[in-house]
Amino acid sequence: MNHTARALRTSVTLFIISGLAFALACSGAGGTGTGPAGGAVSLRGAGASFPNPLYQKWLSEYSKAHPDTRIDYQSIGSGGGIKQIKEQTIDFGASDAPMKDEDLKGAPAEILHIPTVLGAVVLTYNLEGVAQPLRFSPDVVADIFLGKVKTWDDPRLKADNPGARLPSAPITPVYRSDGSGTSAVFTDYLSKVSPEWKQQVGAGTSPKWPAGVGAKGNEGVTGQVKQTPNTLGYVELAYAVQNRLPVALIKNASGNFVEPSLDAVTAAAAESLPTTPDDLRVSITNAGGAAAYPISSYTYVLAYKDQKDAAKGKALVDFLWWGIHDGEGFAKDMQYAPLPADIVKRAEAKINSITSGGKPLRGQ
Amino acid sequence: MNNPAPASPSPASEYGARARAWDWRRALAPTGNVGDAVFRAALFGCALLLLLIVVAMFVEIGSNARLSISRFGLPFLAGREWNPVRGEFGALPFVYGTVVSSLLALALAVPVSLGIAVFLVEQAPRALARLLAFLVELLAAIPSVVYGLWGIFVLAPFLREHVEPPLQKALGWLPFFQGTVTGIGLLTGGVILAIMVTPIVTAVVRDVLAAVPVSQREAALALGATKWETTRVVLANGAPGIAGAIILGLGRAVGETMAVTMVIGNRPEISASLFQPSYTIASVIANEFTEATGDLYLSALVELGLVLFLVTFVVNGAARLLVWSVTRGTSGVARA
Repeated sequence: MNHTARALRTSVTLFIISGLAFALACSGAGGTGTGPAGGAVSLRGAGASFPNPLYQKWLSEYSKAHPDTRIDYQSIGSGGGIKQIKEQTIDFGASDAPMKDEDLKGAPAEILHIPTVLGAVVLTYNLEGVAQPLRFSPDVVADIFLGKVKTWDDPRLKADNPGARLPSAPITPVYRSDGSGTSAVFTDYLSKVSPEWKQQVGAGTSPKWPAGVGAKGNEGVTGQVKQTPNTLGYVELAYAVQNRLPVALIKNASGNFVEPSLDAVTAAAAESLPTTPDDLRVSITNAGGAAAYPISSYTYVLAYKDQKDAAKGKALVDFLWWGIHDGEGFAKDMQYAPLPADIVKRAEAKINSITSGGKPLRGQ
Repeated sequence: MNNPAPASPSPASEYGARARAWDWRRALAPTGNVGDAVFRAALFGCALLLLLIVVAMFVEIGSNARLSISRFGLPFLAGREWNPVRGEFGALPFVYGTVVSSLLALALAVPVSLGIAVFLVEQAPRALARLLAFLVELLAAIPSVVYGLWGIFVLAPFLREHVEPPLQKALGWLPFFQGTVTGIGLLTGGVILAIMVTPIVTAVVRDVLAAVPVSQREAALALGATKWETTRVVLANGAPGIAGAIILGLGRAVGETMAVTMVIGNRPEISASLFQPSYTIASVIANEFTEATGDLYLSALVELGLVLFLVTFVVNGAARLLVWSVTRGTSGVARA
């Protein structure tokens, strides 16, 4: 054996040994953390990515006060959350859009929707020389994304924005290319305000966009809009606020141009109370009321009404109860709109209705 | 036994014909040496594992795609409509985007890679060659999401400002360079892929060229060949290896997801213009899988994975065929 070969062999051996040592160290560290303490309950949740930052905050705050309960949440997307709760591989799911009737029918048992917070979709744009926030009427938004309103100096845009110097440049709409609750809320809104949109495109997490370019994630849309002049995109409210994006005012169902804000989103939920059904599955886009921001939506935790494991079920209802009361306190700082008081009451009733083997779990 | 001396000494024998005539009965026959037998069984196990993984993937993907296959049949491949809201699914725009962006990437990357590799092996001073080789390997290790972000923030604006307008001005009469210039689209996807493929192709080609015996170069130089002619001899010698490098690069381009997704525009449409947004198979799977609800939708996405398999097979096969037909003459000459 020559010298190089020996050196190579030594280094390969060292490499393998250090790799094994690293793996051992990691698993050791993980092991001490997850060691089953007496009476500890661990819950697994998965689903929507939109509320993930808030849920992670909730988990860390909740575990401080309740060291016996270990909860983890994986943000795998609403679709994944619905799929996994149906397959009962997780203890609770999370979804931005409420489950559809056929999804609920396909589930092995009754699933409850518990709203946690609200979010909103805002329009952001890159338009040089326009200082004041742009204002959009709903039909104009739909027609831009339909590819019918093609330029920024379209008379309908001018009518909504008197005084703004709108260029005659073509509008490039930017949409989310990844399947997303944000797209679902936005297209749900467009379907409500434009019959043509409803007929031609419809609502969904990945609709077939008639015009524009697609970018991945909020950060992709933002990047595209920031980098490309004359673009118009849509992102989550929290994302737009944190990144200080220019956001547009939207005309709501009462005819007011409303700036997206957390209060305007909570107002949209409050205004929709009369039409909110008993199971709380509701779309609050295009809500009435003078102050309501029209592209708003709930995000939900999904849980089985009857919990198989009483200990886990008890931990889950206690956590959810904490979430819609104490947890709401963290919402505003993290740019989520808290639930209106009446919806908290109705969510309480939902949590109280969760049972295990017929016995209610709350108040044990 | 595991190193059988050739019956007749043939000078033109590295792998070639003998590797193809591998006799499994002889290979698995007991030799009397236990160590050798264990060693060979272990090696065989490794090879078998690869085969099993491919088969298992195929079966799993096939079974998950069954709903979509039975619903749409062969027209799935030719379908131009992808509309999850309406439950209409067709693969053609994605196949088109994948193939065109990958070929574009290779067309841009292969000449550059060959140039870099030849420079590193044949011309560069040793210190510079070491530095460049290190840089090439560094580039190959950059995660694709970083390439993607760089694509959005640097490459796309650059192409929009400085490359696409002059291209359109000069060649705008061709259908490939028409439409609104946004910096996002098939061209940008192809360029970013080219940048990602270059280090891999370069690294492999460099190793291939370095393995060409010095005697070949000396022989060429002794015959009075110029540097250029010597390089041609070396390239001809390495042709099969270079072909392998290109196919590796192609594999990366076809399967690349993140970086392409960020700059290609993600629009399932077939447009002749390289300035228009397009979509690749890997991108649509990555984009839509997490939020796909409904069995048919999921199944259609899985079937796209199957189509990606198919596209890879066909493109690889075509590439090998092309390489074979090109090198058939030269490699014989070079080897002799």
